Amino acid sequence: MTQGKYQVEHATRSSRIGVALIAVALVVFTLAPLWGDRQTLRLLAEIFTFVALASLWNLLAGYAGLVSVGQQAFVGLGGYLLFALVILAGAHPIAAIFIAGPIGALVAVPVAALIFRLRGAYFAIGTWVVAEVFRLLASQISVLGGGSGISLPAAAVIAMAPSRQMREFEIYWLALALTVAVLGIIVALLRSRHGLALTAIRDNELAAQSNGIDVARIKLIVYVLTGFGTAMIGALIFLMKLRISPDTAFSVNDWTAFVIFITVIGGIGRIEGPIIGTIVFFALRQTLADLGSLYLLMMGAVAIVVMLWAPKGLWGLIAERFGWQALPLQRRLVLEEKSGGHS
Amino acid sequence: MPEPLLDVRGIDAFYGDFQALFGVSLRVEPGEVVAVIGANGAGKSTLLKTIAGMMAPRRGDILFDDAPIGGAPAFDVLKRGIALVPEGRRLFPSLTVEENLLIGGQCKRPGPWTLLRVYELFPVLAERRHLPAPALSGGQQQMAAIARALMSNPRLLLCDEISLGLAPIVVRDIYAQLPAIAAEGLSLIVVEQDIAQALKAARHVYCLQEGRIALQGAARELTRELISAAYFGV
Amino acid sequence: MQWLNVILQGVLIGGLYAMFAAGLSLIFGVMRLVNIAHGDLIVLAAYVALTVTQALGIDPLTSLLLVVPIMALLGYALQRGLLNFTLGDDLLPPLLVTFGLSIIIQNGLLEWFTADSRKLQAGAIEIQTFQALEGVWVGVLPLIQFAVAVAVIAGLQALFYYTPLGRAFRATSDDQAVAQLMGLDTRHVFAMAMALSLAVVAIAGVFLAVRANFDPSIGPARLIFGFEAVIIGGLGNMWGTLIGGIVLGVSQAVGAQIDPGWQVLAGHIVFLIILAVRPQGLFPKVSG
Repeated sequence: MTQGKYQVEHATRSSRIGVALIAVALVVFTLAPLWGDRQTLRLLAEIFTFVALASLWNLLAGYAGLVSVGQQAFVGLGGYLLFALVILAGAHPIAAIFIAGPIGALVAVPVAALIFRLRGAYFAIGTWVVAEVFRLLASQISVLGGGSGISLPAAAVIAMAPSRQMREFEIYWLALALTVAVLGIIVALLRSRHGLALTAIRDNELAAQSNGIDVARIKLIVYVLTGFGTAMIGALIFLMKLRISPDTAFSVNDWTAFVIFITVIGGIGRIEGPIIGTIVFFALRQTLADLGSLYLLMMGAVAIVVMLWAPKGLWGLIAERFGWQALPLQRRLVLEEKSGGHS
Repeated sequence: MPEPLLDVRGIDAFYGDFQALFGVSLRVEPGEVVAVIGANGAGKSTLLKTIAGMMAPRRGDILFDDAPIGGAPAFDVLKRGIALVPEGRRLFPSLTVEENLLIGGQCKRPGPWTLLRVYELFPVLAERRHLPAPALSGGQQQMAAIARALMSNPRLLLCDEISLGLAPIVVRDIYAQLPAIAAEGLSLIVVEQDIAQALKAARHVYCLQEGRIALQGAARELTRELISAAYFGV
Repeated sequence: MQWLNVILQGVLIGGLYAMFAAGLSLIFGVMRLVNIAHGDLIVLAAYVALTVTQALGIDPLTSLLLVVPIMALLGYALQRGLLNFTLGDDLLPPLLVTFGLSIIIQNGLLEWFTADSRKLQAGAIEIQTFQALEGVWVGVLPLIQFAVAVAVIAGLQALFYYTPLGRAFRATSDDQAVAQLMGLDTRHVFAMAMALSLAVVAIAGVFLAVRANFDPSIGPARLIFGFEAVIIGGLGNMWGTLIGGIVLGVSQAVGAQIDPGWQVLAGHIVFLIILAVRPQGLFPKVSG
């Protein structure tokens, strides 16, 4: 047995290429206001928010094994926090986004205390109940429009920036920055000790537990973190929309169905999955004209087919076939030989 | 020479990537009792599970009554007349003793074994027929498991380590019933760690070692030394 | 007296909720599957009943003779053709496939029938009431629905514990592998369980359609009510599920009495309280 130090390496050739490509993409996207028109910027911002939401859901379901069909609770919570802070407390909209995050995390704690008593699919429905409770409570708050909703006051909008164009640039860059931040936090988490524990939990929860991993604590951490991120993105989404109502804020279709389909089709349990899935989703949405319910119907059918025949999603198929990873997340043990003699 | 009832020809069995059986062959004549012995992990249970249809062999054939059954699902194999008394009894905990027996008979194969007959064979079961299965002692559960398998009126009964975890006197009582069971024309494969019991009950013995047949022969002719050598691979 | 009426209403609708729940908990008991599309299947049954009553000109009660077999057949095909392939150790596939199914059913119904609100007409019986006590009035239809719910649950219990099929359900639920050794084709057993579940769903759907307006989007709420009834009552206990449904119904009725907007919310809150203080439910038999 070799005696000596060891190193953990993360990168592979494909991940080096991946990181390079991502760096290039980041530059291109940051400069988008230069080459993109208004519609393009809005579309890109929307894409970024879905990448973020799907990545967060993926962290929860694909890594921590917590399948939630109620994340719309936090999207809507974030949105309503934005409107509440702006309308009732006179806060600057962008500041409100950064306050919504921590509050989302705080709310996630008691929610977790309740619903963690449920397991598996019952946990999933439990998250749905919580989202429904939030929705019903929101429609009772008359100062925020009650059941019909409310618009963001013009004054608050103007406070963001003097010209409409600057406001749109601001929102665009904010969407890009937040999404990069969310992805960055997820990558950092996965590369950390907790991330290794998460991968173990994903692969075999019982084995992970018997190896001393505090599964319950890690699940709580992940749930709170996801609540934090989802609330922030939710606040951003509704800043973009300029209007909120209980039905749009807590919509299962928009914030759960689409997110789940994106992640399933892209690949659950891999960080690249949601990114690929969002691209596919939006490509389909642009090419197929808005078919309304028929579109959702097809998405449901595609998701079922993927779940049964390619449960690792598109990226899963590619990654297993070629052994690729776009980001350096692998862990390889590299042993250093102990040199003879001593200097 | 008469056709064997069961003809296992060179089967390989795998658990994922792990190979548990290497080219195992075995024959059971009609009305015969065959014993399969071997150390823990030798592949005895795997062999029975493969014959019973719980696993499919990756290579080789299994012929029952001249018909190929390798790879057939367990419920199909049962309908053809092979019943397994699983290792560890595995009675259904939510069912009573009688319900367990009735489940055994639900495939409705014709034959001499009825609820009445198995109660005659194991009277203690009749006394406890309405108790939930887990309420029985180890020995009684083993009797129930055997009775449950008999209810399907099999032609070949596979017994997986029926002495496991039982006191010697209980084991003796159970084995005392084997002749009555075999007298109906039933063939048996008995997997045992208790070599003495196996040699007493069976006419023909196979010894498995690390997935291979290390020794086979008539029970009368096998000496202690031959068996030790085959058992432990010394 | 007013409150007595309110509570009575709650009890009676609790029967309907228990029926929503019965099909759900049957499936979970036999194959550990939670069908997220359960509520949407109830709505589908309502639309099937609508189609049947309109096409044949019969009343809702008679339509049951057709709707129940249709839904049962659908259940068998669904399990055998799709859901059997999702069963296994991983909990993601059944959850996501049934979620996808839920979306498909909702949007399929939306495309076919539009979002218009519908209702089945049962005739004069819908408004009939009788006076049970001084100042206490009971609707005839709600009472019939409650009685049917109790009968359905009793029937399911009897089936589970006194018939060969029920034995097969319990054995398969205990130990799938050994059940196969006993000659049970588990693919068929699971499909029969789903067929039975959807037969109950059919009855629940018709009652729902007669009782209130329905449209393609109300499925998820029915799933949630059924789920809450199961959790409040305790897993693995059909009669507990009836109690759970009643507790939910009464909570909702009391909430509605305080403020109409609080009806559903009151039910959720009672559910969350029970989850907080007695997560195993009121009468649990198995752990979740």
